Amino acid sequence: MRLTLMEGNEAIGRGAMAAGCTFFAGYPITPATTIYNTMLQLLPPAGGVCLQGEDEIASIGFCLGAAMAGARAMTATSGPGISLYSEQISFAIGSEIPLVIVDVQRLGPSTGSATRGADGDIQFLRWGNSGGLPVIVLAPVDVRDCFELTVHAFNLAETYRCPVFLAANKEVSMTRETLDLDALCLPPVVSRQIAPPDQPYLPFAPGQGRRVPDFVPMGAACLVRQTSSTHGPDGYITTDADQIGAMQHRLSEKLLADVEAFTHFDWHPAPGADTLVIAYGVTARAARSAVVQRNAAGQPTALLVLKTLWPVPEALIARLAGPFRRIVVMEMNLGQYVREIERVLGRRDILFFGQMNGELIKPRQILEVIQS
Amino acid sequence: MTSLLNPHRPPVFCPGCGHERVVQALDQALTRMNLAGHQVAIVSDIGCSGLFDTFFNTHAFHGLHGRALTYATGLKLARPELTVIVTMGDGGLGIGGAHVLSACRRNVDLTLLVLNNFNYGMTGGQCSATTPSEARVGSGFLNRLEPPLDIAAVAAAAGAPWVRRVSGYDAQLAEAMAAAIAYEGFALLETRAICPGRYTRRNKLTPAAIEADLAALPPVEDLAARNRRAEYGRAYRQEAASLEPDAEPAWIRPQFAPVEAGRQEIVILGSAGQRAVTSGELLCLAGATAGLHASQKNDYPITVMRGHSISEVILTEGEIGYTGIETPTTVMALAAEGVARRSRLFAGLPAGARVIKAADVALPPCPAKIVEVDFGALKIRSADRSLAALAFLAARREVLSLEMLRAAIQLRFAGAACEQSLALVARVAETGGA
Repeated sequence: MRLTLMEGNEAIGRGAMAAGCTFFAGYPITPATTIYNTMLQLLPPAGGVCLQGEDEIASIGFCLGAAMAGARAMTATSGPGISLYSEQISFAIGSEIPLVIVDVQRLGPSTGSATRGADGDIQFLRWGNSGGLPVIVLAPVDVRDCFELTVHAFNLAETYRCPVFLAANKEVSMTRETLDLDALCLPPVVSRQIAPPDQPYLPFAPGQGRRVPDFVPMGAACLVRQTSSTHGPDGYITTDADQIGAMQHRLSEKLLADVEAFTHFDWHPAPGADTLVIAYGVTARAARSAVVQRNAAGQPTALLVLKTLWPVPEALIARLAGPFRRIVVMEMNLGQYVREIERVLGRRDILFFGQMNGELIKPRQILEVIQS
Repeated sequence: MTSLLNPHRPPVFCPGCGHERVVQALDQALTRMNLAGHQVAIVSDIGCSGLFDTFFNTHAFHGLHGRALTYATGLKLARPELTVIVTMGDGGLGIGGAHVLSACRRNVDLTLLVLNNFNYGMTGGQCSATTPSEARVGSGFLNRLEPPLDIAAVAAAAGAPWVRRVSGYDAQLAEAMAAAIAYEGFALLETRAICPGRYTRRNKLTPAAIEADLAALPPVEDLAARNRRAEYGRAYRQEAASLEPDAEPAWIRPQFAPVEAGRQEIVILGSAGQRAVTSGELLCLAGATAGLHASQKNDYPITVMRGHSISEVILTEGEIGYTGIETPTTVMALAAEGVARRSRLFAGLPAGARVIKAADVALPPCPAKIVEVDFGALKIRSADRSLAALAFLAARREVLSLEMLRAAIQLRFAGAACEQSLALVARVAETGGA
């Protein structure tokens, strides 16, 4: 047993190290700063690079450059910074640059409240790129998730050559918890597939039967082209509508078609339950407390905790939530992910509770919604 | 060495464009330096200078407007052996100003070619950061209100160790580029040339006029040379090599029996400097030594040594679930600032809750059991007050035991801090918590 007391942000940093992170750049911002502090402590002595950019745009830009040189890169910020990241996020999506982006959400809008939690960026993370292509977003519930999901985030970024978001929340990231590191369930570290050296390299042409192009680090003997412009398989600008359409379709399908391979969730069924609570992030903890109380009181209630938020795990939600008479969704915003649940289930009768006042949703509030 | 120009993608500029001369000179410079294509990365910005990466058989990186230096910095630090050249127009210079200044100050081994043609060529000839006030451009009267930026002077002032201005028509252009590329550190070379497609349609500008303008400007080379210092990446790797790798923390060993059952919610209400957050951490560690799950949330203002300092700790036998405080079981009211911040908490306390109240702190009406501690009479310093309060509870075997607290202190502190904390606990324990 390696029992320790760890903050969520430190767990994200240590998870990144366990995932083989070699490059981090960030700009200090509460409540994400302690990720940067952790990386500064861990990365340079391990031979990696940790930088403080002049702003958020530079920080993520450093990461994009390093990632194209072969580094496993991560950056971390909060609402105001994720807003500034937007143009670079679009670049990483369209030009298939592997990168882990941590958004330690704080209460918005705008500079909002630096030390108050929220889950107000959930739709922003999905749609905050020009072009509207899909992204991967994972949401940690606790410190253990911060560690484990960060490793998964790196693996997904490498596998699909895309930015992967960790939608943390001040309430998870800046909370300390006891954590047994030996009890962690970490996946093997996955690296991006490198192009075979004996064949001509087209930087945006996936191999036969694949949707993700092979990678060659910039600086290798074989020349690499990277561009934010609409490009063909060779990395040069193209105006060929067929080529453009095929690439956009591929960028979308490489994630949408594979979502079941990375659908993380916790499922707590209850025999005889006709009510299902769906939650994510720190709110899932209050939901769990509420559901445990309900079950102890002889009111069986099931709980689905979603940890892969985007792409929406539609098949999972339909399969697990389909049979329930009543569905209850709560989140620390005024109603963002509930739209996806409604869409997937084709139902408008979902009980929703949203709170955006800087406080955690309490188990008592959840019980009131369930009983309403 | 042979040319690195891409024969399949010759330059596509407007007839007479100065950029084409820069392309040729860059190729000559790279050729003279015997650089192979794979040893070079060209990072291009947006606008006409953003086409540069396509003309060369080198690594190519083309991204967003003004951000080329950010990609180049990451690329160079991850691959120090690469020769990284950034091409940027006067547009990129303006929009990415913070990155230019920071690159000057940072001194990563990059070459920045600023292709100054005094306007935004690609979008219709609007004014840029370098457009002369008297020029007639696509931004109406706006450029008359803003004087142009002398980027070379700014770069030298910002700490760039190698800066030069040169005419795009200068016979020594390739030499200047080769010198910039060869310099180990951040080198900024401003080339000035004509944009026939936009700028000279309405403004008179000739190579001779460019030469004359450059000759009239104060030289920057010597100013920049005063900024010479170790290259950032080299210095970074040197610093990093001297760092100790992160040591494994002392793992917590569950070894004691807890003194209380059920979910305990403990709120420490202090003021800055009373180490409420550290004591919250000690309480978590103490709980863990008794096999309890622990969580800690803190609340303090951005100021240091002023205002409230609050720590909320939960200890349970099982998984913690909700991390908020619902029904505090113990409140440590150590300072007026903390009590004021959570004044609403007191009326809702259950009768079974306990409040450890410092004698000099007033409380709102409260149904809980209040135990008053006169920290002053015990000669406890303000900085020790929260630890003393923990010791007081431990002496009464409430929330935690003395052995749990001692073990926590030994996990958290070393050396003198550990000895002093243990001594304080022993001193408070002698009172027996009375």
